[in-house]
Amino acid sequence: MITFAFYLFALSAITGGLFTVISRNPVHSVLWLILAFLSSAGLFVLLGAEFVAMLLIIVYVGAVMVLFLFVVMMLDVDFAELKAEMAKYLPLGMLVGLVILMQLAMAYGAWDANSGAEARLQAAVPEGMHNTEALGMILYDQYFLLFQLAGLILLVAMVGAILLTLRHRQDIRRQNVLEQIYRDPADAMKLKDVKPGQGL
Amino acid sequence: MIGLEHYLTVAATLFVIGVFGLFLNRKNVIILLMSIELMLLAVNINLVAFSSFLGDLVGQVFTLFVLTVAAAEAAIGLAIIVCFFRNRGTIAVEDVNVMKG
Repeated sequence: MITFAFYLFALSAITGGLFTVISRNPVHSVLWLILAFLSSAGLFVLLGAEFVAMLLIIVYVGAVMVLFLFVVMMLDVDFAELKAEMAKYLPLGMLVGLVILMQLAMAYGAWDANSGAEARLQAAVPEGMHNTEALGMILYDQYFLLFQLAGLILLVAMVGAILLTLRHRQDIRRQNVLEQIYRDPADAMKLKDVKPGQGL
Repeated sequence: MIGLEHYLTVAATLFVIGVFGLFLNRKNVIILLMSIELMLLAVNINLVAFSSFLGDLVGQVFTLFVLTVAAAEAAIGLAIIVCFFRNRGTIAVEDVNVMKG
């Protein structure tokens, strides 16, 4: 059963990744990437890392991919033109991909866990604890400074993204709060005595 | 039985697909960003697989930080793309070095 689930998730992750890259329409690319992320979350669940799996779904599928989708739909780009030269780089991409794949295969083929690896664990998985709970125990304890730093990175990213995309448009009416506060009933309204048969 | 090698193979394949995508979509920055996300996902699969098979939680903590940095990178990258598109009306990357100020 686990074997079947693994092959299902692995196959759909790889399919999603491949179609992300070769898809003609960027909206389809985003949707395929969502499939890749969802199946990777499935792989994480199989590995016993439920918290990271849920984080992947919530943060990636829920936030980052929606952001991508917004930007893809917001920008009115002629994607057919961008895709026209795709075939030009195909052989080079194939070559580089093949070389990297062979290197990784050689590295994994020769890889073996050190017999002393068990003794060198930084934070062994505790017994009788949820994955989420165990992760929280070491994240808020041993890695607290790094955790704060991650928050700082997100803050900087947020400020940067807002600063880059914010623009003050000149041609629209804006609310002037100060002017509204200083408005005074005495000169807000004027009474005019309009004579019949003539305007102001 | 599914061993560590199976997960490493999936991660390696995803990583290579990401690199392949970088070469294939040289002009479209949005797909370039998506390829980078794919490569980071492959790295995360590696980290979580090692963490699970060695019984060490640090790999998963590291995955959290990789996720954070990847999300920040995606947000800033997309902001730069939107800014660039507003100024030039296209997102073709080979024009990026024409800095007219």
